[in-house]
Amino acid sequence: MILGQFIILGAALFSLGVYGVLTRRNAVLVLLSVELMLAAVNINFVAFDTYARDVTAGGQIFSLFVIAVGAAEVGIGLAIVLLIFRNRESANVDELDLMKL
Amino acid sequence: MIDYHALAPELILAGTVMAVLIVDMLPVRKHWTAVVGLLGLFATVVPILTLGFCESLDFCDYSGSREMFGGSYVIDAFSLALKGLFIGSAFVAVLLSVGYLESNRFWQGEFYFLMLASVLGALVMASSRDLVTMFVGLELVTGPTFLMAGWRKGEARSNEAALKFFIIGVLSAAVLLFGMSLVYGVTGELTFTGIRAGSVGVLDGDLSGLFIIGVLFTILGFAFKVSAVPFHFWTPDTYEGAPTPVTAYLSVISKTAGFVGLLAICYLAFGEVTTLWGTGLWVLAALSMTVGNLIALRQTNVVRLLGYSSIAQGGFILVPFGAAIAADVTGSDLEEAFFATVTYLVIYAFMNLGAFGVVIAVGNRLRSAEIKDWAGLFSYAPGLATMLGLFFFSLAGIPPLAGWFAKFVMFRSVLASGSGWAGALAVVAAVNSVIAFYYYSKVVVSAFMEKVPDGVPVAEIREQRTAPSLQFALVLTTIGVVVIGFYPTLISGLAEAAKTFASGF
Repeated sequence: MILGQFIILGAALFSLGVYGVLTRRNAVLVLLSVELMLAAVNINFVAFDTYARDVTAGGQIFSLFVIAVGAAEVGIGLAIVLLIFRNRESANVDELDLMKL
Repeated sequence: MIDYHALAPELILAGTVMAVLIVDMLPVRKHWTAVVGLLGLFATVVPILTLGFCESLDFCDYSGSREMFGGSYVIDAFSLALKGLFIGSAFVAVLLSVGYLESNRFWQGEFYFLMLASVLGALVMASSRDLVTMFVGLELVTGPTFLMAGWRKGEARSNEAALKFFIIGVLSAAVLLFGMSLVYGVTGELTFTGIRAGSVGVLDGDLSGLFIIGVLFTILGFAFKVSAVPFHFWTPDTYEGAPTPVTAYLSVISKTAGFVGLLAICYLAFGEVTTLWGTGLWVLAALSMTVGNLIALRQTNVVRLLGYSSIAQGGFILVPFGAAIAADVTGSDLEEAFFATVTYLVIYAFMNLGAFGVVIAVGNRLRSAEIKDWAGLFSYAPGLATMLGLFFFSLAGIPPLAGWFAKFVMFRSVLASGSGWAGALAVVAAVNSVIAFYYYSKVVVSAFMEKVPDGVPVAEIREQRTAPSLQFALVLTTIGVVVIGFYPTLISGLAEAAKTFASGF
């Protein structure tokens, strides 16, 4: 098995996610970018697990935990975005600047 | 076989979390949910005590540390001391919330449910000794706090606080996970002991690059949680916008949990590669103290000031380890550093919760947390003003209040390690203590000596009573700050337990 390609795929997806979090204005798209980062983490875990033939399957189990916790986080995130959209009629992250230094 | 005695604190707290939800459904007044939560927290203390004093009890047949689930979950003196700290702080945090939630008509049952679930996560973090458990514990601590930060639903600032906190929180969690995945990939292990064994000599191998990125990302993830500079940007905004009891919770319990995770992972998992992260801790400590204090100087809002002050205090908490690493202290010599950090965390919990208690009580009367509106507080609310003075001077480290002892053991541990870099950090810390004294005393001076500004309804405020639960919380924290200041040996038993952790290296 060729591990290098998986690491590069994971790193590329992760970087894409970071880029999305930093540049996207819409809060929902920021959430999606975070999901991209978590997907990169899962690819890493599963690839390393398979490569090392981990008898306890630690990496695969970890990736299941990541998926479950990630889903819970998106639930919380969408609740907050919905709350903000109700109050301001917009989910634009840039407009949230009531408090500064 | 599962050791139910060792897991009893977590099980009781999990039961309490469910009980709070059930009571919330019953047709009774909502403040009963808080009563149930407080009783549950009280019940949680019992197994912590029986585990801690196991040797002198008849029915308890074990002594030393108990390992469960293949070494993933460990109950030792260190984790028990921290669990006691978490439960005690959570008790005060619930007391701070009761009056606030009732008088502002916020949802109550769900709030205590979320807060106690978050405390459960902190308990798990104190015991977890592998990456999966640590991650799940960390997410259980932070997940509910995102929602609690936005509890004032109609308030734009609270919404903003919640979203900023959430985005930074999930971003840091993703960074942390990416780091963990690389560490797992290089060492092939998830338990801390396994990672430590697997990382011997890895820096000279082919995979050193991956491992370095993994370690740095993991530590960076925790640095966000403890809001160390330069990863602190969310802190002041979230602290200001969130309801004040939530801010108190974030600045004490969630932050302490972050420190516990950071220490456990640094020393137990990355103990072989101290060169990688040692300088990092030194820099984080120095930057957090300096930047936190300098920006705090120009704050006009008390909550924001306490936000920056908690960033600076976080720097002070990191000092013993930054110095120990710089002086290349290892093994059981680290006892002093662990002792200093745990002592600081305990005292910090008392004085910060107390300070926020005063902010809640005064904010409830004045409807403002601006320092200029607090002028002349002593003339119409002398009790609160005195407590404000007590907690703020304790935070500044003035003897004989508890804060001086925290600073004293911190400096003692730094000087004990005795190297040039450790000395330099001590100098930075000393300069910062002076800067901090300026802005803490500025608030106190304004409250005691300046004239009451126009438009403050003094007569009305004199009539108002502080909620009984808040009074109780203030009395508890005041006693703590004063008594620990005079008799520091009271908590040294707790901090002594931390030394056992160091002897493991």
